Amino acid sequence: MNSIQKNRLKDQLFKIWGIACTLFGLVLLVIFIGDILIDGIGRIDWGFITDLPSRKAEKSGIFTALMGSIWILLLTTAIAFPVGVAAGVYLEEYSKKNRLSAILEINISNLAGVPSIIYGLLGLEVFVRIMGLGASVLAGALTLSLLILPIIIVATREAIKAVPKSIRDASYALGASKWQTIWNQILPASGGGILTGVILALSRAVGETAPLIVVGALAYVPFAPSNPMDEFSVLPIQIFNWISRPQHGFIENAAAAIIILLLITFVMNGIAVYFRNKWQKRLK
Amino acid sequence: MEKLKDKKLVSASTEDDITSKNASRIEAKDVKVWYDDFQAIKGIDMVIKPNTVTAFIGPSGCGKSTFLRLFNRMNDYVEGFRMEGKIKIEGNNIYKKKVNVEELRKEIGMVFQKPNPFPKSIFENVAYGLKIQGIKDKKFINERVEKALRQADLWEEVKDNLKKSALALSGGQQQRLCIARTLAVQPSILLMDEPTSALDPISTAKIEELIHNLKEDYTIIIVTHNMQQASRISDYTAFFYLGELIEFDKTRKVFTNPEKKQTENYITGRFG
Repeated sequence: MNSIQKNRLKDQLFKIWGIACTLFGLVLLVIFIGDILIDGIGRIDWGFITDLPSRKAEKSGIFTALMGSIWILLLTTAIAFPVGVAAGVYLEEYSKKNRLSAILEINISNLAGVPSIIYGLLGLEVFVRIMGLGASVLAGALTLSLLILPIIIVATREAIKAVPKSIRDASYALGASKWQTIWNQILPASGGGILTGVILALSRAVGETAPLIVVGALAYVPFAPSNPMDEFSVLPIQIFNWISRPQHGFIENAAAAIIILLLITFVMNGIAVYFRNKWQKRLK
Repeated sequence: MEKLKDKKLVSASTEDDITSKNASRIEAKDVKVWYDDFQAIKGIDMVIKPNTVTAFIGPSGCGKSTFLRLFNRMNDYVEGFRMEGKIKIEGNNIYKKKVNVEELRKEIGMVFQKPNPFPKSIFENVAYGLKIQGIKDKKFINERVEKALRQADLWEEVKDNLKKSALALSGGQQQRLCIARTLAVQPSILLMDEPTSALDPISTAKIEELIHNLKEDYTIIIVTHNMQQASRISDYTAFFYLGELIEFDKTRKVFTNPEKKQTENYITGRFG
């Protein structure tokens, strides 16, 4: 075998290896989704979504948990979106490049790697106890906001970095102030990237369980929250709770709830992709 | 201006300037610039007269772009930038502490090397400078936009498509749009940093013609790598080399009978 053939063989081998690695994750996901669908799809009907939780599996619905998840999602968005984007804009546009900003930067990346349960403990101490919010939706949303802030900040910075310098130059040269340039040019041009990052971060928040358990989200809440200070549960906790029960009916319920939760995250990711494509087209 | 036969243009007085009230006079006094430890400009004096076109020529890295960007303080954003000396526009030192940089830039427009329209509509591009000044009067904005596009010789090509994205225009049209965008603010000085280097010959010719017409109302400084362009369009030419101003004189003089050997070598293509 000469060296050209050898190289070609290596090339082919690596290609096959690469395909295998790619398929590994995908195949598992397909098996998982298929399994869940078989178990749960038959359980999903309108009643399953609008019913309150019950001791009887066949009467149980996800209404309170779904509403809790939606409340959490909305409140977390309202808190994390403005704070995260503003912090990202500050770090990228205003902060001087010195040692302090370097330390800040490293630690924001570090924060993104902190296990979520730690955020839960932080939320428990600061929001639930010190601020006296109790095991409320607000305390949960604040905790999750902390969790996803680093992701939003990093996404915002990356998106801003991708805006060509020439646009900035053009705006400044016309007499625009820094804020005018950010508001009129940089944010619109980086909006797609920022939104994508925010939505992906939120879809992570929707699936979070551990920090909310620590904060005190309950598995059994008889009513959907009606204001930010109400107690709440969320879908992942409901799923966790059902799975840990022995009766087969609850396993079915869990599978059905997983389908709903997956649907929510897939839709959110889909929206993120849509925004990204739309914005990219506009910039071209 | 034919009176100015002497080569000491630097100290030429203002009385023989034919000034329109719009264009401005620029004076640089002992200007030095550093980027961190690197000295990019090594003490330059220069007087640029109103309603003239001045070409900055010289090899890459000679400091001509840096010098140009001093006039609207665009170097302020460059990390490690430091400057000494004075730059006066209409007698006012623009590097004094209390100078409002945003106000200054409304007076001194800039066109860049690569056309850089905003990813917005043609109309919004031209109206942007007015919008950021807080002007809301629609009729006024419409008039200004049309006037600027006419001045930039683009109106006929885009008047039916003002809502179209500026990015859909050709490179040459984009550059004229950038000129229009600058003119809409009605500055008195136009800085152009190699404005045609990314354009084809036909677009280049259009922009050169434009520069010639704009001279009536503006003081224009243009950085160019194209010797023919400098000789075609400019009244004065400044040759920079290694951060120094080697020669500054009437374009005809610089190109036919340069004072310095270095200038001659550069314009005849022996180096650079």
